[in-house]
Amino acid sequence: MSSAAINHAEVVSSALHKFADVPGGLLPLLHQIQARLGYIPKATVTIIASGMGLSRAEVHGVISFYHDFHAEPHGRTSIHVCRAEACQAMGSRALEEHVKNRLGIDFGGTTADGRFSLESVYCLGNCACSPSVRIADEVYARVDAARFDELLDAL
Amino acid sequence: MAIRIFIPADTTACALGADAVAAEVALLATGKGLDVEIIRNGSRGAFWLEPLVEVETKNGRIAFGPVTVADVSGLYQAGFPALCEHELCLGKVADIEWLERQDRLTFARAGVDDPVSLAAYREQGGYAGLTRALAMSPAEIIDAVLESGLRGRGGAAFPTGIKWRTVLEAAAGQKYVTCNADEGDSGTFADRLLMEADPFQLIEGMTICALAVGASEGYIYLRSEYPKARHILRQAIAIAGEAKLLGEDVCGSGSAFNIHLRIGAGAYICGEETSMLESLEGRRGLVRFKPPLPAIEGLFGKPTVVNNVLTLAAVTTVLAKGAQHYRHFGTGRSRGTLTVQLAGNIRRGGLVEIPFGASLRELVEDFGGGTASGKPIRAIQVGGPLGAYLPESQWDTPLDYEAFADIGAMLGHGGIVVFDDSVDMLEQARFAMEFCAIESCGKCTPCRIGSVRGMELIDKMTKHGNNNAELALLDELCETMDKGSLCAMGGLTPIPVRSAIKHFPQDFSGGD
Repeated sequence: MSSAAINHAEVVSSALHKFADVPGGLLPLLHQIQARLGYIPKATVTIIASGMGLSRAEVHGVISFYHDFHAEPHGRTSIHVCRAEACQAMGSRALEEHVKNRLGIDFGGTTADGRFSLESVYCLGNCACSPSVRIADEVYARVDAARFDELLDAL
Repeated sequence: MAIRIFIPADTTACALGADAVAAEVALLATGKGLDVEIIRNGSRGAFWLEPLVEVETKNGRIAFGPVTVADVSGLYQAGFPALCEHELCLGKVADIEWLERQDRLTFARAGVDDPVSLAAYREQGGYAGLTRALAMSPAEIIDAVLESGLRGRGGAAFPTGIKWRTVLEAAAGQKYVTCNADEGDSGTFADRLLMEADPFQLIEGMTICALAVGASEGYIYLRSEYPKARHILRQAIAIAGEAKLLGEDVCGSGSAFNIHLRIGAGAYICGEETSMLESLEGRRGLVRFKPPLPAIEGLFGKPTVVNNVLTLAAVTTVLAKGAQHYRHFGTGRSRGTLTVQLAGNIRRGGLVEIPFGASLRELVEDFGGGTASGKPIRAIQVGGPLGAYLPESQWDTPLDYEAFADIGAMLGHGGIVVFDDSVDMLEQARFAMEFCAIESCGKCTPCRIGSVRGMELIDKMTKHGNNNAELALLDELCETMDKGSLCAMGGLTPIPVRSAIKHFPQDFSGGD
């Protein structure tokens, strides 16, 4: 067994220990696994299902329903560009194009070096100072192409 | 004694550099040997002035804003933190007209102090509502909420007291209070601001609700896009627990109430109440058929109150100051205050709390100051992604639930997104369909398939040609979605689409 697989098993078992008896605990469990591993490996679905008393289909169904959960490895840093109306009103469509070109990936993609994943988000609650971008857990306001480059270069 | 300086730690303030400003203010104070205490408060919601730095003086707070890191050394040179001649000095906070003209009930405390200071919350009138409620019977609490005229602030505007009474009268061993904090509408941030600036108000409101309906467990369903709110709520819930304001014996009343904070996972549909309940139960956020209403069969099949953040927060004012006081604000059947969020292409964006009844134009022009771009306003979308796009001829509509319903629009959660004359309304109509396609839970066909067909139809339209066939078909499709969808997602998506076509036909008919 590889060390990665052992790590996966440990993370899943500690999450199951914490959430197996929590009513409706599947979402917090998946959040915890993803926070530790960066994604929810397909191989863990069977263990999660049996630990939570659910079918594999139910667990897979939840992972695939929510935009936040990933079944594949993700970039080390997530970049969310807001694509909703308030940001559109301030030029986010042009920003989207710039970000895609700069990173060389489309929404949903991960850079070849595994550093960044680019994701759509529909509202960050920063709508009075649009366009908004979230990098990891930090939100940035009034982001245009130049400001985005500045933020990216500083990472 | 240290001079107290307030610098918000709110999401928008930080997105504009408040953390760096706070660090610079502290660093330069140390360099100058000044004794200062920096308090990271919430925001007052005047986001166009953020980062807004406030200095406490014996004559009240003096404000500076918007302050960037580069401004800080110049401020000190001008005499900061003492009152100084500087272009960023806004005078007394109490005199800032944009704030002073508002009637703040729910947001009265927002931005005044450290959000997780329970002492500050109490000093400013916090927990007066719960104290009153503890001396009342459940039926009396509900009567007060009914009498206040409070209606759900999430968007549906259902009378809060009726919902609560239904849960109270439902016979069950276990009942729940759930707070819908899945604020997904673009152009809205009032829930976020409240949770980041005044989290105890939400906790107090939920506790009053729990006493009224007889619930011992509460859940806050918070969207994952709000990491700062999550951090602050988690602290506030723990502090309230230590102070016995939550727990097995709330304030010695003998009643138990616990609050669990649950984080969503990026699904707009989970703002729909039954989808939120599914998600809380650990499932895909599929919308449930109604009936049964959540008040009868809600979370884990038990009677459940589902209220928005602002609704639960408003209850504290109703109890503390009386139903008549609350009711005195507003117009017609829309009582109390409306929390408007000025967003998008707007010069002075932020949170405005005023009585129902003002016109959209007053909001956008007087408070908002027109567009950020300086170009004329062309369209205003009110009520989130499912709200109508309004042309200038409708900007004098008073902001109340009924007046908006009369023009085929809705206030929703109070988001106002302004677009200047560069907006292409065909693009906006297409986005409404696209958003529905992305966020549909997939349970009903009109929403799941209709939205995709709607996008395809709009894509077929040519910029300069005859689109009559596509427009007729699109209208039929909108009718099907409106009449046949299970919930508001598919049912209201036609509103932005049809309003765009109706009021801005030149963007759809081609020609020049």
